[in-house]
Amino acid sequence: MNATNPAQKPTAHDKHTSHRGTGDTVRIDGLSVSFSTDAGAVKAVDGVSLHVGAGEVLAIVGESGSGKTVTARTILGLLPETATSSGAVFLNTDRGEVDVVTLTNKQLRQVRGPDVAMVFQEPSTALNPVFKVGWQIAEGLRAHGKISKKDARTQAIDILRKVGIPDPETRVDYYPHQFSGGQKQRIVIAMALVLGPKLIVADEPTTALDVTVQAEILELLRRCRVEFGSSIVLITHNMGVVADLADRVAVMYNGQLVEQADVSSLFANPQNDYTKRLLAAVPRIGGGTVEAVERARVRPKGWAESEPVVKASGLRIQYPGRLGRAGFVAVDGVDFEIRPGEVLGLVGESGSGKTTIGRSIAGLTRVTGGSLKVLGHEMNGVSERSFRGSRDQLGFVFQDPASSFNPLLTIAQCVAEPFIVHGRASNAADARAAVDELLEAVQLPKSFGDRYPHELSGGQRQRASLARAIALKPPLLIADEPTSALDVSVQQRVLEVFADLQRDFGFACLFISHDLAVVDIVADRIAVMHLGRLVEEGAGEQVLEAPQDAYTRRLLASLPVPDPIEQAKRREALQELVASEG
Amino acid sequence: MATTSAMALVVPRKRSLLERLPIVHQVRQSVGVQRGMLVTGLVITAVFVIVAVFAPLIAPYGFAQLHGANGKDFGSQQPPSPEHIWGTTVGGYDVFSRVIWGAQTAASVIIVAIVLSIFAGVLLGLVSGYLGGWIDRVLVVVCDAIYAFPTLLLAIVMSIVISGGQSQVWGGILAAAISITVVYIPQYFRVIRAEAVRIKSEAYVESAKVVGASTGRIMFKHVFRNSTRTLPLIFTLNASEAILTLAGLGFLGFGIEPSSASEWGYDLNKAIADVTSGIWWTALYPGLAIVLVVLGITLVGESMNDLADPRLRGRRAVAATAGETADISVVPGGPNEAPGGLESLEPGAGIEEEGIEVRE
Repeated sequence: MNATNPAQKPTAHDKHTSHRGTGDTVRIDGLSVSFSTDAGAVKAVDGVSLHVGAGEVLAIVGESGSGKTVTARTILGLLPETATSSGAVFLNTDRGEVDVVTLTNKQLRQVRGPDVAMVFQEPSTALNPVFKVGWQIAEGLRAHGKISKKDARTQAIDILRKVGIPDPETRVDYYPHQFSGGQKQRIVIAMALVLGPKLIVADEPTTALDVTVQAEILELLRRCRVEFGSSIVLITHNMGVVADLADRVAVMYNGQLVEQADVSSLFANPQNDYTKRLLAAVPRIGGGTVEAVERARVRPKGWAESEPVVKASGLRIQYPGRLGRAGFVAVDGVDFEIRPGEVLGLVGESGSGKTTIGRSIAGLTRVTGGSLKVLGHEMNGVSERSFRGSRDQLGFVFQDPASSFNPLLTIAQCVAEPFIVHGRASNAADARAAVDELLEAVQLPKSFGDRYPHELSGGQRQRASLARAIALKPPLLIADEPTSALDVSVQQRVLEVFADLQRDFGFACLFISHDLAVVDIVADRIAVMHLGRLVEEGAGEQVLEAPQDAYTRRLLASLPVPDPIEQAKRREALQELVASEG
Repeated sequence: MATTSAMALVVPRKRSLLERLPIVHQVRQSVGVQRGMLVTGLVITAVFVIVAVFAPLIAPYGFAQLHGANGKDFGSQQPPSPEHIWGTTVGGYDVFSRVIWGAQTAASVIIVAIVLSIFAGVLLGLVSGYLGGWIDRVLVVVCDAIYAFPTLLLAIVMSIVISGGQSQVWGGILAAAISITVVYIPQYFRVIRAEAVRIKSEAYVESAKVVGASTGRIMFKHVFRNSTRTLPLIFTLNASEAILTLAGLGFLGFGIEPSSASEWGYDLNKAIADVTSGIWWTALYPGLAIVLVVLGITLVGESMNDLADPRLRGRRAVAATAGETADISVVPGGPNEAPGGLESLEPGAGIEEEGIEVRE
């Protein structure tokens, strides 16, 4: 076990180096990875071959379970113990090409940092909360060679400035919680950049961030390539991000590489069937306007004057603070109405108070000020006992399909719950006929009723969740980010089912989402929330095409579109917008 | 082959009843050292249970018997002989019979203590965790206060309060069991309360609330059934501690009188003086019985604990890059469509315990 120079070690790679140039930063040859699980062996990556040139941005796209993350983690040798891999991953280092798959742990440590670095998805968990950020950046420097405390600090300040942290001399001594989410991601990127790696693997670097922050991080990653000359492997499911940043795109499906092309030809002319379907499933702004206008046209006269099912005026919701501290005001003076049969899309970034509004309508969060009338009940000061009788007129679809069903009950038992609770059926078997009908309405086979929630995929579960919400044909439905946890193709299907149900059942709906494009598909009117206030509200085409509020304009401009040429224009427009705001 | 796979398409695979039974499931799931530990523990525990149930048949004499059928006394501190294979105690009892009967006492005390503390602890934990508010605060403080007492001291106080110094068989067993119960209720309470607090914020509980389900229905149908996962683990771990507490009570003289039932801790106490005078058999066998039973039950508990956690659970290594890629699509948010249609994915959804080899 003598740790020889890794460059001389692999025998397999000698025969490969001859037929490819050494210009590639990383070259993956026939990589396969399997995991040992309780359910047996699972193959996550199946014979993938890729290469990334110097200074190139390669985007690996695919849906969850497609093996994109596993492929990328293999480049750093970051697979868990349960994995076995075959094939080769050649990394171009200062010491020549090395095959990462065959490296020992010690050799891997030498490679990680100076040669290849990683940017993780969730910046708040990638940073250790008990150390100062400067220390965490210096840790990487100290791991690769002796460096004095002072030099390390200077370098940390330097790199923080380069990634756009204002006042880095002071901020270097801050702890992670003193930064915002976007700034934390900048620091994670700074940690990756400080050793000057030739390759950065970015695993969903913007997924956990709001869309306006995402635009800033993408801009930073673009600068990484120009200023530091790093190649980037970008893993993402967001086609807009791909169009914004990537040079070349590799599409993965079920562990296999189905298509590889440069970004403009992939978007303009996708070859593989799966790629075509994936691109078609991406929601685009303006996609739902036609239907919304059509729905508005066929509404009967006098509809605008009908009694709204939800009416908020001066709605204020404050979460109780800890002893001696003021509470947090999540919603502050919001007015809106939802009339029968109308879909109101509520858009906003995280922390804007949109979910709180949805929960307060369902009586899950207490209203602390103003007035919120739901189905004729005043929710400010309502008691659960008096509202319970009206609960059959209200449906709720939750965000997380993984936890929205009791894991010990079958789907049929879960969907039958509203019938039993409101005395329409004595037990689950009694309600089965109605449950079967509902499952068909959401396009699930009847036999799925006998399955347990974990036996359904996320999209199927979310449709079953819709079935439960509309079981009693309620006049009002609240959908809290129903598609955020789903892949685009699944999201498209769920949105289609939602639109069909809305047409057939005619319920009014509050549709909460952070994605303007999704809201645009389903909503009649769109309301934009920002920091607890409603900044803009109006018909879909009005808000999307002629936004009045500065925040709405910025939100709209930040949304990356799945078209590289169009996105390049939007990027410039956004920069102008930001510059004009100052 | 074609017909079986067609069947599999219609009915999702489900594990047979036998495989889903708690212990059987874990044995099949385990590999290597973990399986060795679990099986050792199970064997010891099984021997303990069998001995306890069939004590009247196994033991040659009664637990309080001083003389044989011929009316002759056994004699005190007799070394092991064909009549008394493990010798006799200072009080003139047969050691082997006392140890066998002692298993019965230990088993009944464990069962009574665990049943009592599970019921009380689970109910209190559920109410406290789900309802919250002042009930929760009061119960948590009371449990913390009980934690602050040395367990054995508390058990002694309880046994004095309950039995008042009397010692019938069931009176003694109940006294011991209840004093152990008081000590262990807080453990069940804490675990169930923590689970209830976690489950309270799960979407399916909120969903039941939105539907309009009553508090009682939510508590028992949704929260209770999902919070009992960890009970078998604490159950086994507590069982071994309960034996130690019982033996400790007996050793200190607060257990069951030798004429009412046999008790290992009491016998150990009486054997103290023997040890220094070279009489080893009176202390060795009861002591060994305590050690083995505690070891066996602890092994079962610890291995079940490890097996319940996917991160601690050992797995067989897979052959290099084996397996089917389509399987992964059943994870949440996975693709809605698959090559060959959705149905081809679903048979893989039923968990196959031994499917380490490639699924065709």
